[in-house]
Amino acid sequence: MTALDASTATAVPRRKLQMPGSTATVYLALGLTLVVGSLLVAERGGTLLDQPGITKILTLCTALGLVAIGQTIAIVAGSLDLSVAHLIGLTSLVTAEVMAGQNGRIVLAVAAALGVAALVGAVNGLVVTKLKVNPFIATLGMALVLQGVLEHRYTGPAGETTRDFQRLGYDRVGPVPVSFLVMLGVAALAWWLLARTRTGHHIYAVGGDAEIARVSGVRVSRTVITAHVLCALAAGATGIFLASRLGAGAPYVGTDASYDLQSIAAVVLGGALLAGGRGGVIGTIGGVMLLACLDTTFDDLGVDPFLKDVVRGSVIIVAVALYARRKPGGRT
Amino acid sequence: MKRLAPGTLPVFAVLAILLVALAFAGPAYEHPQGYIALLKRAAPLMILALGQYFVIVTGGFDLSVGSLVTAEVVIAARLLDGNEDRTWPVLLLLIGFGALVGLVNGLISTVLEVPSFITTLGMLLILEGAVFLWTDGAPRGALTESFRQWGRMGFEDVPWIGQLPYSVLILLALGTAAALFMRTGMGRLVLAVGDNDTSVRLAGGRVRTIRTLAFVVSGISAAVAAILLGGFSGVSAQVGGGLEFEAITAVVLGGVALGGGRGSVVAAMAGALTLKALFSLLNLLGISGALESTVQGVIIVAAVAYAAADTGWRDRVLRSKARSTAQPGPPAPDVVTTS
Amino acid sequence: MTVVTLSKRRSGEDPGTPVVRLTGIRKSFQGNEVVHGVDLELQPGEVHALVGENGAGKSTLMKCLAGIHAPDQGTIEIDGVVRRFRSPREAQEAGVAIVHQEFTLLPHRTVAENLFLGREPGRFGRVDKAGMERRAGEVLADLGVTSIRPSAVVSGLSVAQQQIVEIAKALVLDARVLAMDEPTAALADAEVALLYDLVRRLTGRGLAVLYVSHRLPEVFDLSSRITVMKDGAHVATEPTGELTTDNVVRLMVGRPLNALFPDLAAAEELGKERIAVAGGGNARIHDIDLTIRAGEVVGLAGLQGSGRSALARALCGVAPFTRGSYQVEGRPARIRSPRRAVRAGIAFVTEDRKGEGLALRQTVQDNVLLVRRSVSGRRTRSTVADLLREMTVVAASPASEVRLLSGGNQQKVVLAKWLAVGPTVLVVDEPTRGIDIGAKATIYQLIRDLARSGVAVLLISSELPELIGMSDRLLVMHRGRIAGELPPQSSEEDVMRLATGHGQPGENGQSEEAES
Repeated sequence: MTALDASTATAVPRRKLQMPGSTATVYLALGLTLVVGSLLVAERGGTLLDQPGITKILTLCTALGLVAIGQTIAIVAGSLDLSVAHLIGLTSLVTAEVMAGQNGRIVLAVAAALGVAALVGAVNGLVVTKLKVNPFIATLGMALVLQGVLEHRYTGPAGETTRDFQRLGYDRVGPVPVSFLVMLGVAALAWWLLARTRTGHHIYAVGGDAEIARVSGVRVSRTVITAHVLCALAAGATGIFLASRLGAGAPYVGTDASYDLQSIAAVVLGGALLAGGRGGVIGTIGGVMLLACLDTTFDDLGVDPFLKDVVRGSVIIVAVALYARRKPGGRT
Repeated sequence: MKRLAPGTLPVFAVLAILLVALAFAGPAYEHPQGYIALLKRAAPLMILALGQYFVIVTGGFDLSVGSLVTAEVVIAARLLDGNEDRTWPVLLLLIGFGALVGLVNGLISTVLEVPSFITTLGMLLILEGAVFLWTDGAPRGALTESFRQWGRMGFEDVPWIGQLPYSVLILLALGTAAALFMRTGMGRLVLAVGDNDTSVRLAGGRVRTIRTLAFVVSGISAAVAAILLGGFSGVSAQVGGGLEFEAITAVVLGGVALGGGRGSVVAAMAGALTLKALFSLLNLLGISGALESTVQGVIIVAAVAYAAADTGWRDRVLRSKARSTAQPGPPAPDVVTTS
Repeated sequence: MTVVTLSKRRSGEDPGTPVVRLTGIRKSFQGNEVVHGVDLELQPGEVHALVGENGAGKSTLMKCLAGIHAPDQGTIEIDGVVRRFRSPREAQEAGVAIVHQEFTLLPHRTVAENLFLGREPGRFGRVDKAGMERRAGEVLADLGVTSIRPSAVVSGLSVAQQQIVEIAKALVLDARVLAMDEPTAALADAEVALLYDLVRRLTGRGLAVLYVSHRLPEVFDLSSRITVMKDGAHVATEPTGELTTDNVVRLMVGRPLNALFPDLAAAEELGKERIAVAGGGNARIHDIDLTIRAGEVVGLAGLQGSGRSALARALCGVAPFTRGSYQVEGRPARIRSPRRAVRAGIAFVTEDRKGEGLALRQTVQDNVLLVRRSVSGRRTRSTVADLLREMTVVAASPASEVRLLSGGNQQKVVLAKWLAVGPTVLVVDEPTRGIDIGAKATIYQLIRDLARSGVAVLLISSELPELIGMSDRLLVMHRGRIAGELPPQSSEEDVMRLATGHGQPGENGQSEEAES
């Protein structure tokens, strides 16, 4: 869970606390990966965590991190969003096309992209709550709708982002990309939202048990819709970032990296329950960084790119199997 | 069955409308051949839906079937490499591989208690990576004619319908077997597992075994679908792309509840046929390619929303009826009769 | 906002005005009237017990008060003001606090987060976390509870603590009346004392408590007045001191309870030992020595949490014995899973009918055949139709879904599914919970008929009259051990004495005082 839980864990000596929580586990795994990765890379005469290495890891983290933050909110609310990958492609195009290479249109472009994202999120939320469509199907349907739009309107990259705007994607402070810091800022905001606001508390409550939330006076539909809008906004931010990296919008930039399933994987890796009610941004960021470190290590080792998928898949399964083991009082 | 399983009526209604609409939309459907060709195209997805049905109805998800289909086709091409005499061993091997993948999915989900959504998501990544790792990044080799015949050939010159494709026969055989199985005691038990696994476990049933077998069936059905698809459309790295979502959509469209315990296998397969008929209709109407997926997405959500509203309404009625019977009438609660 | 304000509110009032006055409440479902013009008054500071058989209309009446159902006729007055509640929220705001039988807490969230769910303090959407925890601490302290930290995660609390949080949650809004539905259902004996304390503290401040319970000893311990309902009508309201358990039972049932029970087994009807446990135990139960013979019904008594259900679960392989020996039909048996138990001929009717017994969305027929299909090889010749006829299940058809049946008929389906495999041992945990009296009588007769046919029966029940009326011999559990064995027709006092672990006799036993 998030720091929310960490604070309670220190306040309350719980009996089952000998085992590290799932958030701690993912950061332990991250540390271990960095140590082992550094050693392996060093053995081959390289350095994993030199300046380009760090920059690479953190850049990888940025895009997946942004979308995974949103996915965390959706999953904690007991939903999920399979339309983020297509939405990322669409918002990258909206950004680049609205900007059309003019610095004066940067704000407009960003606003337009976020506006489109919010709209998509709102529709997802409305379909899930008002039409009572299972979120899996609802957001899959949205993914198809967006795919149709992308296929209909675009054949390849389109639009243009300005040089100045591209600095967002490439500038860095030391080895740390500015965009990564922006992503951390978004993460902090999302953490604050979940842990410290009424909306956040209601998101956990609705994800934990919608009926209990309802009888306690929580407006369930509104909460779920909010979660979907926030999730879509995060995907929109990812699209904007990728437009700045690429200098243009690209219809399949989201789906090629399968950000839909990858973001869900990162969230679950971070210790969230897929069923909702439990999870947090801090764990998710750990999951994202773990995946990025694995990727970079393998690249540095010159491992076949396809092996990365294999390892990634195995890591996800093993991690969740470990979390399942320590589920307190879990029924068999 | 004496009556339709709850929630299955909409899919048959929609399917019927689509099939009629096809006849008006395109000259190809003036003859039965058009429908047979549709069935032939739909067979792989319908078989995948059959497998997915068993997983969903026991309360799980199988996201790995799409990449499994790709893996199977790529494996077949590499192992066959144009060698006719390897066809049968490779066919058997493919089925075995599908079963194995399903077994692993099932065991991880049941024994290690990993949610099947995650298990099969991991398996999706593993299969995608492993297959191309093995073939150095691109499909290699070639399928044989005797392999491809299953997906593209059939008995020719059948009166009235022309070609009777092998794939349609395989589909009918598997569909009939599944439908008959679901009518047996074992089949009813499969539904009960999805409804309330504790009750089955306490009744002495082997819940984990049943769940695992559901994944095995899904794996095998993916293997069969891969054989038909490979034959029908040849080797490519994209052959299985997105099929997992199509299969799940088909099953849900068939009125099968995500979460398990409700729905019929025939309706799930009808859901797959409905999807394919929908694609064909969109093509005929000229909404090809571009907006096809948009329309598809809208229709899927609309269909499921309709089903949700329908079951919601029916549930409310039934529940209030149940409530009224649950409250015993004033004078004589101990009147008991036999029906 | 919190209960702190209760005493202030009360001080200005005329003590004669009831907190709650229900007048002529009628409620029908689908044209079937289940509450026929009931009146009920709650005075400030009283614990008013509402008792009656299942189906007597208590819950419906309580739900009308709580705004869950709207009464068809009659009025609800709170502090003399007529109210019409359109939602539970409105009732809460008018001062009606309800503690439901099921928990309404989120297990992964903290106590404070649960207490203030839906009404978190803070401005502009921000939650004042520190302030919320401080106020949660105040609410709890106000209830006299200091053992629960506001920052504790609910899943880490004991069941009793959760029940207290549940009550605190109901009282976060300014409550005038607290209605509790079977509040001790999930509590262990020591924990019940905590609850009593809390209730007395609340009434001491002028809160009125409506206490709905099946457990007459509790009712006599706590209440100042008792209202009895039967078949949806008000039967009597009397000061507790003027009633005895027998009176109340007679008022509730309308006939002496023992008329429901079939005759006990004659000595010659007892056969060989079906199961024998020596020194059995696991994490929850210890030193269990137990034999059950063919033809006998052994009653297992004990308070909640005493290990009754744990023993049943061990016998049936759900949470198996880890120590001791276990013999079935004279041969050592390794009952390590429910499957092994079923194969050995042991049937288990669990207390949680819906959660563990039935696949609710499947048909009656599929449920009846559930065990037979799960364990091939064990079967009887009876068809589903035979079984349903034998069980007198009332259902539109074997093809109707089980969730649509009444509780009594559902329980008969559970029994039928076990009869379909012809068990030799039947373990039944709370077989009549939540079912009407007619179905109860059928089930009693059925259990006895099974015993007559040579089945060994272990019967667990919280309702002592039922247990005593049905059992050929009684075992009483206390703290995971069998505290003693009693002959048939023992008194409730004898059972309670063993169940509470000491020798305080008496119906209105001061068990909670002796405990502390």
